[in-house]
Amino acid sequence: MQELHYSRPTTVADAVVALARPDARVLAGGTDLIVQVRENRRQVAHVIDLKRIPELNAITRQADGGWRIGAAASVGRLGRDAAFAAEHHALLDSARLIGSLQIQNRASLGGNVCNAAPSADAVPLLICLGARGVVAGPGGRRTLPIVEIATGPGRSSLAAAEILVAIVVPAQTGRWAAKYLRFTPRREMDIAIAGVGVWLQLDQQSAITGAAITLASVAPTPLVAAAAQTLLVGERLSPKLIAAAAQSAADEARPISDTRGSADYRRQLVAVLTRRALEACAGELGIHGT
Amino acid sequence: MKIVVTLDVNGEPRQALADGRDTLLQLVRDQLGLTGTKEGCSNGNCGACTVLLDGEPVCACLVLAAEAQGAHVTTIEGVAVGNALHPVQAALIKFGGTQCGFCTPGVVLSAVALLDRVAVPSDADIRYAIAGNICRCTGYGKIVEAIQAVATSRQEASR
Repeated sequence: MQELHYSRPTTVADAVVALARPDARVLAGGTDLIVQVRENRRQVAHVIDLKRIPELNAITRQADGGWRIGAAASVGRLGRDAAFAAEHHALLDSARLIGSLQIQNRASLGGNVCNAAPSADAVPLLICLGARGVVAGPGGRRTLPIVEIATGPGRSSLAAAEILVAIVVPAQTGRWAAKYLRFTPRREMDIAIAGVGVWLQLDQQSAITGAAITLASVAPTPLVAAAAQTLLVGERLSPKLIAAAAQSAADEARPISDTRGSADYRRQLVAVLTRRALEACAGELGIHGT
Repeated sequence: MKIVVTLDVNGEPRQALADGRDTLLQLVRDQLGLTGTKEGCSNGNCGACTVLLDGEPVCACLVLAAEAQGAHVTTIEGVAVGNALHPVQAALIKFGGTQCGFCTPGVVLSAVALLDRVAVPSDADIRYAIAGNICRCTGYGKIVEAIQAVATSRQEASR
């Protein structure tokens, strides 16, 4: 069995240097990586533990009202930040669908993004909220929208020696609400057959000024339902509008059939979940009769 | 290459030699001989290996031994005080919340962590807290009753 070397850098710069080896992998929560390494599904000779780098563990509210979440901060720690939990309960609820409490006490939002599973539960709302990733590599730092990180199942646009340092959730303005809903055969400890994240922003007259819909488990990556978003903006929520957006999202989905569900079933789930998520946002925003 | 891991286990400083691939579960069971922590699925689904790492429940099979450097770990051997069972352990016996017993150490630690954090947990809080501890014997009802009883008696005692 291949030996595994463990290192624990305390700066991003040291981590980037350590990651230059082709057989190195970064370790955050480890809930995916440790299983893959121990079952010999992934050939790794060096694990670089990011949890002792202060910047990767910090959860801070920025001066402009946005949040900067260290890529290795656990979901459990995020939930214990009362100010974050109050403002971003929808995002937190989606992250709390990841495994059990034991898993959440290790697993990070950064890992959920970088593992690039189409079913990643915390990613749709990060995309809906306009979150960006701060990435460090040998050439310095860059930021990119979270939606541009996953390129396929388990594949990301990050270069081999790049590290996701933080996720920045921009300040949300006006009247807004978000909701992620998924369907799983079991309520806990399961992988979504389909998931839908919705974000809505309204003006004082309750016209929709912003809408975002991102689908999970129905494409090789989290999928933005752009046509459904366009249908909503400028309109007022009504049962008819919600039905049209839900149908559009279902049409935009590109699901496959596998052991967990057929493509047709997944499409129907997208329609139902989109409708329910929009209704949930409407309810939170005090709009009734939808 | 072996790594010297120094950590606090159940309030005592311990040191162990670990391989890079070793998990905290292997360290606790094989190096320290604390076999109350059970190995079930080895991939984070069953919760039989639950320990408290710096006070929070985690699956010891998903933590590298090397990651536990300097950590405070509580295993099932560390929850009783002398010969007195922890109230959660006593309640599980009283309510019949344990049958084959394989999941019980993990259930106890999840419940202890919940009761440390939440003064008056609801039925839903309790069920969520033990959702990561798979039990194939009890059907969970008696486990939930036992944890609820500990919370209730603790509340009455504090009045």
